Amino acid sequence: MSVSIDARGPRWSAVITTVVLATALVTSSFWVITFQAVVFAIGALRGPQFTPYAVIFKKLIKPRLKSVATSEDVRPPQFAQAVGLVFALIAVIASATGAGGVFTVAVGFALAAAFLNAAFNFCLGCEMYLLILRVRTAK
Amino acid sequence: MKTLIPLVAVLAGATGFGIWYQRTRGEFRKKKTVNGPKLTAAIVGTELGSRATMVQFSSAFCTPCRATKALLEDMVKTIPDVHYAHIDAESNLELVRKLDIRSTPTTLFLNSAGVEVGRAMGTPKRAQVHAAVAAIH
Repeated sequence: MSVSIDARGPRWSAVITTVVLATALVTSSFWVITFQAVVFAIGALRGPQFTPYAVIFKKLIKPRLKSVATSEDVRPPQFAQAVGLVFALIAVIASATGAGGVFTVAVGFALAAAFLNAAFNFCLGCEMYLLILRVRTAK
Repeated sequence: MKTLIPLVAVLAGATGFGIWYQRTRGEFRKKKTVNGPKLTAAIVGTELGSRATMVQFSSAFCTPCRATKALLEDMVKTIPDVHYAHIDAESNLELVRKLDIRSTPTTLFLNSAGVEVGRAMGTPKRAQVHAAVAAIH
């Protein structure tokens, strides 16, 4: 049995991620996207409940919420963090090497996914995992 | 200040996609021609219902799969001629390819012969499942 976490945590973290990625997209800042890449790395490797955004959720947002806490498996949001990390790393490399077009596209995709998660409860693992598996195991 | 155009384009595109996404999740899509492969009890792992069978494909990285499973399991309790089967997509990739399952949860609605008459992607609402099942004779 895998770990369960408060399902509202990843959704609120996606709100913060959306703001940070929007900032990265507008400013083209190497440091903003590097910071977000580190956050994604913590979320993907240790778990989404250990990121700085999850700490903000626990300390500042959660005590103010009135809705009932529903729990969810930690694996779907962890998968989403890993996908975010891939795009963020591409963007960090693009930023360091001056590939502005690649940076915009990579940050754009990560931002779209984070925004869809925050605003529409979009489940990245539901839509992408099976397709990735099918492509990876294709003969 | 750099340009705002990429930001506006991404948010507009994602909003359009998000509205479509929310509207279509759980919706029962009827197949125009019922000509797919015949699924048997041995394939889906459960005896087929005498009228219909709902076959749900799930994966580990999918939060709505759990809610869908709970809903469908609960619903078949009161519909004796409709059965429910649950399949882990990851360990049944050959079947996933054959049936062209692209996302999870995907629920196939089979007729009494075990042939798919339609499917729903995402978590359906109780009324949507009732309507889909009622249309199968």
